Amino acid sequence: MSGETVIVSRRTVLAGSGALILSFSSLGRLRAQHAGEPQVGSASASMQFRGSLEKAPFLDSWIRVDADGAITVFTGKAELGQGIKTALLQIAAEKLDTGLDQLVIVTADTARTPDEGYTAGSHSVQDSGTAIMYAAAQVRQLLIAEAATRAGVPADQLRTENAAVIAPDGRRFAYRDLVADQMLHVEAAPESSLHPHQFKIMQQPIPRIDIPAKVTGGEAYVQDMRPAGMVHGRVVRPPSYGAKLLSIDSRSVETMPGVMKVVRDGSFLGVVAAREFQAIEAMRALAASARWEETAQLPNAGALPDFLMAQLSRDITVLDARQPGSAAKTLSATYTRPYIAHGSIGPSCAIGHYEGDALTVWTHSQGVYPLRNAIAEMLGMAKDKVRCIHAEGAGCYGHNGADDAAADAAVLARAVPGRPVRLQWMREQEHAGEPYGPAMVAKVNASLDAGGRIIDWDYAIWSNTHATRPGPAGALTAARSLATAFQQPAPRPIPMPEGDGDRNSIPLYKFPSARVIYHFLPNMPVRVSALRALGAHVNVFAIESFMDELAAAAGADPVQFRLQHLDDPRARDVITTAAQRFGWSDKARASTPGHGRGFAFARYKNLAAYCAIACEVGVERDTGRARLARAVAAVDAGQVVNPDGVVNQIEGAILQSMSWTLFENVTFDERRITSIDWATYPILRFSAVPDAVEVHIIERSGLPFLGCGEAGLGPAAAAIANAVAAATGQRLRDLPLTPARIKAAKSPRAAE
Amino acid sequence: MKLNVNGRQHDIESDPRTPLLYVLRDELNLNAAKFGCGLGQCGACTVLVDGEAVFSCLTPVSLLADKEITTLEGLGTLATPAPIQRAFIEAQAAQCGYCIPGMMMRAQALLQKQPHAGDAEIRAWLEPNLCRCGTHMRILRAVHRARAGDRT
Repeated sequence: MSGETVIVSRRTVLAGSGALILSFSSLGRLRAQHAGEPQVGSASASMQFRGSLEKAPFLDSWIRVDADGAITVFTGKAELGQGIKTALLQIAAEKLDTGLDQLVIVTADTARTPDEGYTAGSHSVQDSGTAIMYAAAQVRQLLIAEAATRAGVPADQLRTENAAVIAPDGRRFAYRDLVADQMLHVEAAPESSLHPHQFKIMQQPIPRIDIPAKVTGGEAYVQDMRPAGMVHGRVVRPPSYGAKLLSIDSRSVETMPGVMKVVRDGSFLGVVAAREFQAIEAMRALAASARWEETAQLPNAGALPDFLMAQLSRDITVLDARQPGSAAKTLSATYTRPYIAHGSIGPSCAIGHYEGDALTVWTHSQGVYPLRNAIAEMLGMAKDKVRCIHAEGAGCYGHNGADDAAADAAVLARAVPGRPVRLQWMREQEHAGEPYGPAMVAKVNASLDAGGRIIDWDYAIWSNTHATRPGPAGALTAARSLATAFQQPAPRPIPMPEGDGDRNSIPLYKFPSARVIYHFLPNMPVRVSALRALGAHVNVFAIESFMDELAAAAGADPVQFRLQHLDDPRARDVITTAAQRFGWSDKARASTPGHGRGFAFARYKNLAAYCAIACEVGVERDTGRARLARAVAAVDAGQVVNPDGVVNQIEGAILQSMSWTLFENVTFDERRITSIDWATYPILRFSAVPDAVEVHIIERSGLPFLGCGEAGLGPAAAAIANAVAAATGQRLRDLPLTPARIKAAKSPRAAE
Repeated sequence: MKLNVNGRQHDIESDPRTPLLYVLRDELNLNAAKFGCGLGQCGACTVLVDGEAVFSCLTPVSLLADKEITTLEGLGTLATPAPIQRAFIEAQAAQCGYCIPGMMMRAQALLQKQPHAGDAEIRAWLEPNLCRCGTHMRILRAVHRARAGDRT
């Protein structure tokens, strides 16, 4: 890329007020290039992403410098515990040439920050980070240009440090003194000079800025906020999907201590009280007297895969590139997972404050703008009268109860104008009410030629949508319960290349013939939406399990077999790195009795971070209990902003995926969800924690950011399943890999 | 009634049946102990009562009249963090961090009794506490780091 750089002339900047619009003639070409693969080592192909600048091009949407010296960074993305505040500040400080502590960051707020949609899909650094990187670099250029005028010195003789421009004679121009009114209210240029190989703050393991408050009892979460006059709300949830509230004894509850209001609107039922435990006791009394009509009909949990495959489907051809070949051997297999809960440790919470004709909601939603639109529609308010402000909650791992709790708080707040209402769900409400990661089935047939290479791959998946988030009011449980009920919008799949059920359904491997079909299932008897990694969890579990089955059929080593089918040098690098660091070729390690080794790889969405994982699993002969003993991951996340942040994300993905893989399963009877707490929905505890987890980053300095927050989930699941197969000699294809299933598989009678 | 929290006596207005968690959060404006399940299944609400780790979500304040209650706020502050707090910062042992105060209080109870607890003891001791982000490796590193012999 050359010759397209738009230079902001000093004179135009000085001309000063009003917006200065720069040319964007090169944008189309830039976008076209983004679709291609950046090449390793090609710095010129790097850093051309403009991220969210495409949606919010003005520099002062991202960076503001005030005359009092405050420098503020704005992002439409939210801190979810992934460390995004710290990473974005690192990028801004690097490009502005300030210290980290000279900046403050404002995150997702419909009144203050750009609309960057949802904080999801491992997009935050790619989208917001890229925007902030360019915006910050151009703000610095503008400040240098202004200082050049004042100093009467060419810009190229000036340098910056510590939020000031320094002239050759030592004169110092603080950023705050250089900024005039509208100086930063200009659109970003499509490219600016960046020096990706000279980082001071990026690429460093800077400690997270949010951790000190979290470990000392600071106000760190929406759960901890106490605006003046705050009161407490609780809701009573229907016992099953779509249940209608027939009757309620609200009078006896209204006289309970502290109770300010019982709120009933259709089947929406809640209570507001002065103190939190008073609200809980009132909620319990309401629940005890509520009579419901239940109509839900849930599928047979014992035969979920059959149920899914029997549903009416809309068939989407994801890939159709089949050619005839000469097969020596054909294998087929079916892999499944049940519904999986997000299972946040902190039940969803929000604060609503209705004052005058305006509503403010503090929420841990992943998308404040879409939520704002949904709440406005639900309450019949103008959008500009509703403000949603992100405040941290417990980790969400996708679309959990956050938005629903925000809607509940909004309905309760409207009933007690002037009083901020803090609403938190109870544990059983979170477990039973959240939208789960959909149950899925993946079926694959593949053929090997006489030389043991895959010559045909035919793959099909069955899944509901993984996207029932707001925008529309009908996405909110409260809105569907009101007397004037909103309908749940018709489900839609997320189109490729990101996909939802079909995310990562196209193997990155090179096969001469391949087909992928997505049987999209509109019928959703169990509430579902986005769970971290979406369909990539199942698809990588299935593809990478089957790669091992094919390798065994070909008599090949699983790592070598993968490399034989891969061209992408970055994919090959993470695979060889993980294998080497693990000691894959050390056969002695493999022979520990009752232990097995497993390997898996994926590039998240085939366009974000690359991740390969090798692991060792021990299986207890008597109980069938599998325990992940050790995992070694290699990750290529492109340009890394905070290496420790990347390691933290991959470690977390491995442990969370291990929990999904070995333990987790949403249970239900004909009407009701029955996994409603941590006893009925067990997840990993410390007794299941591995002895060691290593994460190795392959540095790609100067290349585009590749989101890594979800990259480890699929590979971890498959690596564990492959290790269980190696340890037991039996292939298990249905998640979770429970002790009962492992024991049954080991007994000859249960063999298929 | 009166409650001794972090070395100070507090007059409590709440009904004595109220679980300690709500008194700490709602009446004393303390943030660290978190509501997680209300069932004693996750440990997010863990505090110390006379040095023992207890689930504050299950313990009515009526049982605590003569007890010494310690929350995370009572161990140290942002300016002068306690060893366990310093260790968690140094190990960057948090993702969302919601479970972490409970983890720290349970670990604190162990280290007060057994300042040199080994890895197996630490793992077994932390079994009641859940983390959903998968930060366990860092939590273990932080607790190791906080042990008396390992303090820097």
